[in-house]
Amino acid sequence: MTLLDEARCQSPHEAKVFPSMEAVGDRCLMVRFGERIDPLVTAQVHSLTAWLLDHPPEGVIDVVPAFTTVALHYRPERVTRTGSPYRQLADTVGAVLAAGVPQIGQGSRSVEVPVCYGGEFGPDLDDVARRCALTTQEVVRLHTASEVVVHTFFFSPGNPFAGPLDSRIVVPRRTTPHARVEAGSVAIANGLSSIYQVASPGGWNVIGRTPWSMFDLTWTPPTRLRLGDRLKFVAVSSQDFASMDEH
Amino acid sequence: MMHVDRPGLFSVLQDRGRYGSQRLGVPVNGAMDEWSHRLANILVGNPESYATLECTLAGPSVTFDRDTLIAMAGAPMTVTVDGIAIPHERAVLVKRDAKVIAGKCPAGARAYLAVRGGFATEPVLGSRSTFVRGGFGGFEGRALRKGDRLPVHEADVGYAGLRALLLRSGMPFVNGPAWRAHSPAAPGGVLRFLRGPQWDAFTDEAHERFTAQVYRADSRSDRMGYRLQGPALELRRPLELVSEPVNFGTVQVPPDGQPIVLMADRQGAGGYPKIAYVISADLPALAQTLPGDSVGFGEVALDEAEHAWLDFERRLAALRAMVLEELQEVPEPFLHATPLGQTT
Repeated sequence: MTLLDEARCQSPHEAKVFPSMEAVGDRCLMVRFGERIDPLVTAQVHSLTAWLLDHPPEGVIDVVPAFTTVALHYRPERVTRTGSPYRQLADTVGAVLAAGVPQIGQGSRSVEVPVCYGGEFGPDLDDVARRCALTTQEVVRLHTASEVVVHTFFFSPGNPFAGPLDSRIVVPRRTTPHARVEAGSVAIANGLSSIYQVASPGGWNVIGRTPWSMFDLTWTPPTRLRLGDRLKFVAVSSQDFASMDEH
Repeated sequence: MMHVDRPGLFSVLQDRGRYGSQRLGVPVNGAMDEWSHRLANILVGNPESYATLECTLAGPSVTFDRDTLIAMAGAPMTVTVDGIAIPHERAVLVKRDAKVIAGKCPAGARAYLAVRGGFATEPVLGSRSTFVRGGFGGFEGRALRKGDRLPVHEADVGYAGLRALLLRSGMPFVNGPAWRAHSPAAPGGVLRFLRGPQWDAFTDEAHERFTAQVYRADSRSDRMGYRLQGPALELRRPLELVSEPVNFGTVQVPPDGQPIVLMADRQGAGGYPKIAYVISADLPALAQTLPGDSVGFGEVALDEAEHAWLDFERRLAALRAMVLEELQEVPEPFLHATPLGQTT
């Protein structure tokens, strides 16, 4: 899980024209809307994703948005058995892009996510404060002050990647990853905030923990959050955490 | 019902993967060796989308509570029924309560057990593939354990006359017809690849090493990815990328320069530079590679990769057509059936 490091993002290439398409191997086509994480790019990614889910081209079996890209996974033999499946699908998607898809607005839903910051729940909070030359209270205040938008899920089920964070709390990933990050951990890196749905090793800076589960197969959809949701983190006490704990 | 007397090293239900939910952060999973998974299903007349039991390195011991048509495909695991070896990649009708014992693999890594009618566990998000880390899908979201009882959809024995033969013979099993399946294995252990999106970001030396040297599968290789060891692949300069789509066969290179080929349990996106994509038709050969085995890489163009895949599909379709001349396909409704006692 590496993410954009703003400081190093100086493209060595000449300016590219977006959207562009490329083959991700021989069973996946990717549409790229840009090279850096940006609200306008996110809106395009989510709009194309929504359109493709409603109008899947022949042979497409999965549509997967990431920060700047939309991946279409397909069964080549269902696209065409005579010519090049990739080129046929690229023609179809190219026509969709040329005609344009309806733009969906950024997140109609606003969600308040409870977080208990610091202590055993946020082992890296002190370190983040030190690196940002802030007090821990200021880090918590900045993390709860402004809304972030859910860009994508991919690390584990329902595990959101949301941003942008206030520039004063932008820190890189840890140089030494944690061997175990507990489920529900709220972590930041490179201007994004994430929530670990399952306990796993992780390189992000863990500043708190939410009592919420982000994924449950009995829900429809099984994710608690949706693409484009606007998240606002709300600090809660450890007593409140215990009363809300879903893990 | 299939009773598990011994679970084997790591035996999990898998099908063609949980496509359609990656945008929720749910990985695809599915069979590592898609050829052998589909072949095993074809041999017993199942739709190729049905779950098979993927058995890694050392197989399970099981019994069935009625006469059942089964087939093993993939790694040539030694399989006996009441002590007598059964043929590989051929349907056999196994007598009820006979002990089916899958032993070690003299070659390859994974064998696929298909059971006519299909395993009848409840699909999750449209698939019976096991997602071990998430704890769902397959059989209770985990590898089999001793004492497990797996539901199997009720089905006929398939080949008319085979049951009468079984009764007359007094044997614990009888063989179905032999079919020749022509596997599209990668020639000479070389995995064909397409250039990845960051190919140009790697040094000329890295290109040379990747295509001319051999890499050894590391012992930490698993269903998530094959970790390869060999000459380090270096970037011209450090590169930080926004995470973007990856697929089965994507070759990513972390900062230590040792490539990882992403496999069935991969995540949907990743941020390491991608030097290559192993073509889909050669993934079954990679999935049968053991830790310590060597692999090489040879570049091809997209057209060749696509031809190889369409050829892969044609071979399976041709075999299926032949088999279905003698064996009735398990009817489609089983695909959507729910376990007994449950209604939707």
